[in-house]
Amino acid sequence: MEKYKMHILICGGTGCRASASELIQSNLENALKAKGLEDEVQVVTTGCFGFCEKGPIVKILPDNTFYVEVKPEDVDEIIEEHIIKGRQVMRLLYTDPDKKETVSDSKHMDFYKKQIRIALRNCGFINPENIDEYIARDGYSALGKCFEMTQQAVIDIVKASGLRGRGGGGFPTGLKWEFASKNDADQKYVVCNADEGDPGAFMDRSILEGDPHSVLEAMAICAYTMGADIGVIYIRAEYPLAIERLKVAIKQAREYGLLGKDILGSGFNFDVEMRYGAGAFVCGEETALIHSMEGLRGEPTVKPPFPAESGYNGKPTNVNNVETFANIPVIINKGAEWFSSIGTEKSKGTKVFALAGKINNVGLIEVPMGTTLREVIYEIGGGIKDGKKFKAVQTGGPSGGCLTEKHLDTPIDFDNLLAAGSMMGSGGMIVMDEDNCMVSMAKFYLEFTVEESCGKCTPCRVGNKRLHEMLDKITEGKGTLQDLDLLRNLSGVIKDTSLCGLGQTSPNPVLSTLDNFYDEYLAHVVDHKCPSGQCKALMQYIIDPELCVGCTLCARNCPVDCIAGERKEAHIIDVEKCIKCGACMDKCKFNAISIQ
Amino acid sequence: MAKIKLAKDKIEKLIDICKSFNNEGSELINVLHQAQHNFGYLPAEVQEVVARELDVSVAHVYGVVTFYSFFTMVPMGEFPISVCMGTACYVRGAEKVLEELKKHLKVPIGETTEDGKFSISCLRCVGACGLAPVVTIGERTYGRVAAGDVADILKEYQN
Ligand SMILES: Cc1cc2nc3c(=O)[nH]c(=O)nc-3n(C[C@H](O)[C@H](O)[C@H](O)COP(=O)(O)O)c2cc1C
Ligand code: SF4
Ligand code: SF4
Ligand code: SF4
Ligand code: FES
Ligand code: FES
Repeated sequence: MEKYKMHILICGGTGCRASASELIQSNLENALKAKGLEDEVQVVTTGCFGFCEKGPIVKILPDNTFYVEVKPEDVDEIIEEHIIKGRQVMRLLYTDPDKKETVSDSKHMDFYKKQIRIALRNCGFINPENIDEYIARDGYSALGKCFEMTQQAVIDIVKASGLRGRGGGGFPTGLKWEFASKNDADQKYVVCNADEGDPGAFMDRSILEGDPHSVLEAMAICAYTMGADIGVIYIRAEYPLAIERLKVAIKQAREYGLLGKDILGSGFNFDVEMRYGAGAFVCGEETALIHSMEGLRGEPTVKPPFPAESGYNGKPTNVNNVETFANIPVIINKGAEWFSSIGTEKSKGTKVFALAGKINNVGLIEVPMGTTLREVIYEIGGGIKDGKKFKAVQTGGPSGGCLTEKHLDTPIDFDNLLAAGSMMGSGGMIVMDEDNCMVSMAKFYLEFTVEESCGKCTPCRVGNKRLHEMLDKITEGKGTLQDLDLLRNLSGVIKDTSLCGLGQTSPNPVLSTLDNFYDEYLAHVVDHKCPSGQCKALMQYIIDPELCVGCTLCARNCPVDCIAGERKEAHIIDVEKCIKCGACMDKCKFNAISIQ
Repeated sequence: MAKIKLAKDKIEKLIDICKSFNNEGSELINVLHQAQHNFGYLPAEVQEVVARELDVSVAHVYGVVTFYSFFTMVPMGEFPISVCMGTACYVRGAEKVLEELKKHLKVPIGETTEDGKFSISCLRCVGACGLAPVVTIGERTYGRVAAGDVADILKEYQN
């Protein structure tokens, strides 16, 4: 990077690309050329900065100015003012919503202050398509270090670090590597699980888009410890950008002799291939994933045998999640003691979360284990959108649960979340406000499970369908108290008798909402009301006679002609005929129509 | 096996795709990805050729095609519309956007309009949750879509 006086980093993550960051990049390059500055200022496309809410993000080095919500037409001003005259473009700086002051360096923003970036260390700092930038930040030095150690010594470091799998299960990584290393075979495999099935989560995708080499390096380290020479990345076909970046990274690593035969003169051979998922959530489960890699339907099978004994092509296979891998090179470089000093007693290090939903700062965050939900939601997340009231936070995706106000001060780690009735999962964290109906939320997840169940075992295939039907009935206002008991009983049966993790956890969204929001279920069942006004069948549009001026606009727009009233007199809706399309409410200029 | 009705050049293209994966049955999913990339969808005829080339049963190919939601057996519209139904988009009102789209285009999810212009499908998290709710049309991504924006967005494609 030395040759250039300045660098302009532009976010090339999926979120920012969706708001024209590629055009900003080409505008920047053209503007620099027009001013003859292309040899002094370099434009670097990076991975996600994390602060997706305020994207597209542009950062200028060396002064660390952090511009938010940049538009393609802002480029000339950035070049003219900042690059040439050395003056910050004030209107593009981030404004702290509380203090109403601009903050130019991301270090001082509330969003970043409490974060520690280990897995995301390079995201937003380097160009993921340039291996030199990874190497300049200690990349591949951990792999070199490992070659000077015995396999067991490397495994011991990972064990001592306390790292647990980030894919959801939380199994100790070092132990898993040890199992795989002890099984003798002529062929072994390392698999990276990049199937990221939790809908509403994008941690793994962002790591692969922003720092693909960290995963390749870790896979090579893992392969070295267990004696594997082939690695496979199983990635969702829906992640075209991550796939592209991985392909570039694999090619560059091969050119540099960091993948292939006799890596760094160690005599160790290792290469990586890719396999594509095709939109089946259950394929994230490791046995299903392996079947899918073999070209079959992705149906889970009973464990044991564990993949460490008999996995891909019947050979010992070690499967780890993307984020788990991304931690490895740092652990080797900085040591187990350093890593285990971060976090709580049984959960070490950090966790990446995709923070989303009704929160001000949607984005990708990495916090030390033990951070509380309150800190994440209110300090990093900036609180609830539009000043609404916090209602629940969902972690663990379709396998997890909804936590409430009373859990806000719980330190986040594997065991605490489980004890609270949810789970860590892979890192989706969805915040809900008073307008979200919790029965509908449970129904939303069940709909997902019903669609994604592989159908192999009856409790999951049929049971979840029944759960979904009951929830549907409740949101239609036709549920009974007896249904609530049935929901709970059936949930227990499904959990106890399903074959794989999908079925064993699928009732969690139902159980946790029953536990934490029983009143809301009661309101649907007993009063036939949806307190948050989300369930269409239970709402009623009514006209407030005090506010209605009788302009007739609503009546003229009602598709089923169910609004009656004379001009200049209060109108009235026939609730029996109303199809709840909302057209009248949209049209009324006097706010006379509301939902009850 | 049923008579194969695909055009000759298409059959040849498929044979080439299978060959590029060494006609190995374990590469079935990769072959199907390539085939769908080339033809846009995987009708029965395509599945039959793939089965023959990889020396597996048609039932096996069909089983895999129907298992994975990424594979489709019906052609998509000229402008395929996908509504993100990931959790982040759902809690920010994606359902209303979907309703509005269905109302405008008068087709259910998974189908294509009569003129072949639009098809509607649902996706799960396109990775732009900061922009929720998100709708994609072809390669373009629309963020922070409200039900009221739907008509204007569709207008861009209707001429
Ligand atoms: C239904 C189901 C879905 C899963 N989805 C994922 C996933 O998307 N990504 C992932 O890394 N692990 C997923 N897992 C966990 C994997 O089975 C496996 O435990 C994990 O990849 C191991 O890696 P780790 O130890 O590094 O976490 C899923 C498990 C189940 C039961
Ligand atoms: S629990 Fe569900 S997803 Fe898992 S094997 Fe059984 S049917 Fe398939
Ligand atoms: S549009 Fe509003 S003000 Fe006009 S008649 Fe209807 S309810 Fe009354
Ligand atoms: S919601 Fe729709 S159907 Fe009901 S009164 Fe208003 S316009 Fe008519
Ligand atoms: S995608 Fe740009 S900040 Fe996340
Ligand atoms: S949930 Fe829709 S983009 Fe993530």
